[in-house]
Amino acid sequence: MRPALSVTLLALAAASPAAMAIDQTGVDKLAFGDASARMEVVQAAVTASDAGAIPVLRALLEGKLATAGRKAVLAEAGVFLDPLTRAPVDLPGEEVEKVSINNRLRRTLERALAALALFAPASGERLQAARALQEGADEDVLPIVERALAQEKEPSVADALRSIQGALLLGSADRDKRLAAIDVLRRAPSTRNKRLLVQRLGRGPDDAGAETDPAVRDALLRGIHDIDASLRVAEMAGWIFGGLSLGSILLLAALGLAITFGLMGVINMAHGELLMIGAYATWLVQSLFRSHFPGAFSCYLAVAAPAAFLAAGLVGLLLEVTVVRALYGRPLETLLATWGASLLLIQVVRSTFGAQNVEVANPSWMSGGVTVMSGLVIPYNRIAIIAFSLLVLVIVWLLIARTRLGLLVRAVMQNRRTAASLGVATPWVDMLAFALGSGIAGLGGCALSQIGNVGPELGQAFIVDSFMVVVLGGVGQLAGTVIAAIGLGQVNKLLEPFAGAVLAKIAVLVVIILFIQRRPQGLFAPRGRAAEDV
Amino acid sequence: MKSGVLASFERLYPRRALLGIGIVYAFLVVVVPVLNLAVPAGSALHVSDYTVALAGKILCYAMVALAMDLIWGYTGILSLGHGLFFALGGYAMGMYLMRSIGTEGVYGSTLPDFMVFLDWKELPWYWRGSDRFLQALLLVVLAPGLVALVFGFFAFRSRIRGVYFSIITQALTFAFMLLFFRNATGFGGNNGFTDFKRILGFPLASPRTKVALYVLSATALLSALLLCRHLVVSKLGKVLTAIRDEESRLRFCGYDPFGYKLFAWTLSAVICGIAGALYVPQVGIINPGEMSPANSIEIAIWVAVGGRGSLIGPVLGAALVNCAKSWLTVAFPDLWLYLLGLVFILVTRFVPRGIAGAMAAGAEP
Repeated sequence: MRPALSVTLLALAAASPAAMAIDQTGVDKLAFGDASARMEVVQAAVTASDAGAIPVLRALLEGKLATAGRKAVLAEAGVFLDPLTRAPVDLPGEEVEKVSINNRLRRTLERALAALALFAPASGERLQAARALQEGADEDVLPIVERALAQEKEPSVADALRSIQGALLLGSADRDKRLAAIDVLRRAPSTRNKRLLVQRLGRGPDDAGAETDPAVRDALLRGIHDIDASLRVAEMAGWIFGGLSLGSILLLAALGLAITFGLMGVINMAHGELLMIGAYATWLVQSLFRSHFPGAFSCYLAVAAPAAFLAAGLVGLLLEVTVVRALYGRPLETLLATWGASLLLIQVVRSTFGAQNVEVANPSWMSGGVTVMSGLVIPYNRIAIIAFSLLVLVIVWLLIARTRLGLLVRAVMQNRRTAASLGVATPWVDMLAFALGSGIAGLGGCALSQIGNVGPELGQAFIVDSFMVVVLGGVGQLAGTVIAAIGLGQVNKLLEPFAGAVLAKIAVLVVIILFIQRRPQGLFAPRGRAAEDV
Repeated sequence: MKSGVLASFERLYPRRALLGIGIVYAFLVVVVPVLNLAVPAGSALHVSDYTVALAGKILCYAMVALAMDLIWGYTGILSLGHGLFFALGGYAMGMYLMRSIGTEGVYGSTLPDFMVFLDWKELPWYWRGSDRFLQALLLVVLAPGLVALVFGFFAFRSRIRGVYFSIITQALTFAFMLLFFRNATGFGGNNGFTDFKRILGFPLASPRTKVALYVLSATALLSALLLCRHLVVSKLGKVLTAIRDEESRLRFCGYDPFGYKLFAWTLSAVICGIAGALYVPQVGIINPGEMSPANSIEIAIWVAVGGRGSLIGPVLGAALVNCAKSWLTVAFPDLWLYLLGLVFILVTRFVPRGIAGAMAAGAEP
């Protein structure tokens, strides 16, 4: 069986790829022809790289192709369809008979389908087909793989194909082909390809499968070295991106705090819970879209982000009016009272929505990722969050630096009495600024819901980190907050591979404590006499 | 001589207050044990083992509140990391208790069960000598004391104070919690230490041992109270209060607050550690959850409820809050967090001086 196929498939390499799709004659031959006629059609489809033949061939393999009188039909779930157009066929009184195939044809069909899937229109299918071929391909498929490679545009599929090609050529008896294979594998660095090279090199002199040609051995060693180097680069890039991603999350969590704690000097321990409320608001909007506007589900975030902002802002407003207002100038009491508020919020959410995590689905455009280089895929949702945090940052900066509200906030924070005597309604400014900071926390929660679990304790995990960011960045400094957030994210992620996640975190905390020794006012210390105030 | 001792006590509290403290102490260490051990279980006067254990636990908490009052109420430094010192003391005692299980563990090894489970072959170096009780006692004082000393040295030297100090202490206990959660740290990871069998050869399950530990806790609390009181009425206490009220002015007067703060801070941590060491054999478990930031903040609320800067107040506050907690978490588990949250808000807003402050204001007008 295999020689027959390999003969035909090898013949394909020579045959010029004709862009000929399977036609009615072909279908009829499959349905009514004898074994060799059927084989011919299958081979012709493979020769033509005709992905359009896949449904018919699969139907034949799965026993769904049938004959009704002089006509070939697809029998699918009790309905008869035309094999080519898939239009329903009316069969009055015809006797329908399933087309049976022998084992030889079955195997040919399976291999043909696997090869043809390399030419499927959807890149995902092609990738799957290539991955499937990676396991246990033999030299027969080499011409097809090479042809698929020639017209492949998707880098991830091309990588997989090259890996197959390299693996196959590596076992070739021809020394030049082996060298070419090494070159191919070297250019698609992955752990799998490295393994192939290492295997070829053999474990020792007495390894039977080991490469003996000194020039090839040399090339193998160089190839392994090259792959190692590019894998290291990819890994480094992965860490740096991971740090950026973590930094952007910390930034979102800390930006609101930069206003309430940094500018206003209110230490709000319920800040994490405002994140949590933003995340739950996102979840509510998402559920609403799912049940009422499933068609618009992919853009639910456009509604969820403002909703999260408003929900958290409103809670913040209430918090300011009921608790924080009475305690201005008494930071330690504020700390305790807002901690109490955070306990209340957690328990309210727990009683309302349950103690279990709720699931927030990503809109479809956020799933998947972009392949930057071999071995490094950056998920879209992380990119979206980085972009979102930058957007929020710009908005906050504009608000503080360019709007009247920002001006008033800065004026009140610099000197409350002077501002009041100049006619600024300080209680209103306090209230609005606090609500603004809380709303930004809500936006952070909206972003967090896209990458992590949403549960009543969501905020607790962020409270220590966000305060660290603000303390490190320096109170009252947006720039400091940004740099501290990104820096903390980077340091955390860069330490992780060496020390493990927990030790990295501990190291970061220790570093912060030591850093504050040198610069008690943070990275960007305000000049002047404000230092005594806190 | 005797009158000398009495006089020195009278310097601490007026005679009537001393009498009251003495009566409460006598009730706790004489009446309660008698009612537990001598009165049969069916009797209405019988105090159950559960109540004794709960009371012992609360006495330990009260000691923590006392330590917290010393540093927060008198020195004005709000620590959000006192749970760490409590837990460190507890772990130090826990190590000894783990070792004294001997070969009676699940795996019948001389190593603690969790080490067998992790496939460790021998004790890590920092466990050396942990089977000696005296060393355990030393460690109970040294572990929290040294951590506090080193941390306080750096923090106070660079004049970190106010909410910054609070936040950093919170980060400190958080970091330690993460550290202790790791299995590789060698303190039992997630599960911590448990399944203790005996202390100094006495079985921990026996009512007598429990009562003894309870009496010990009450005595330790009384000693800590008198010690703290002795400190705060002394000249040192006045400096501490001055640090709380006007640190800059104190500095201008020629005092360097650094040493005073460091002393109060470290002493407070050590008292916490001792409380933790008494707590662990009574509740039978210690795990990193004790170091969670939430636990440490709760300590602050005991003090706030009782009344800062009054020593007796925080003791009462700790007892009150924890009685309410142990009752409510069983009877109305959902309500407890609401109540705790409300207590935080209401006490800080409306009763900033706590119970003791309110009572003093009621007595004065």
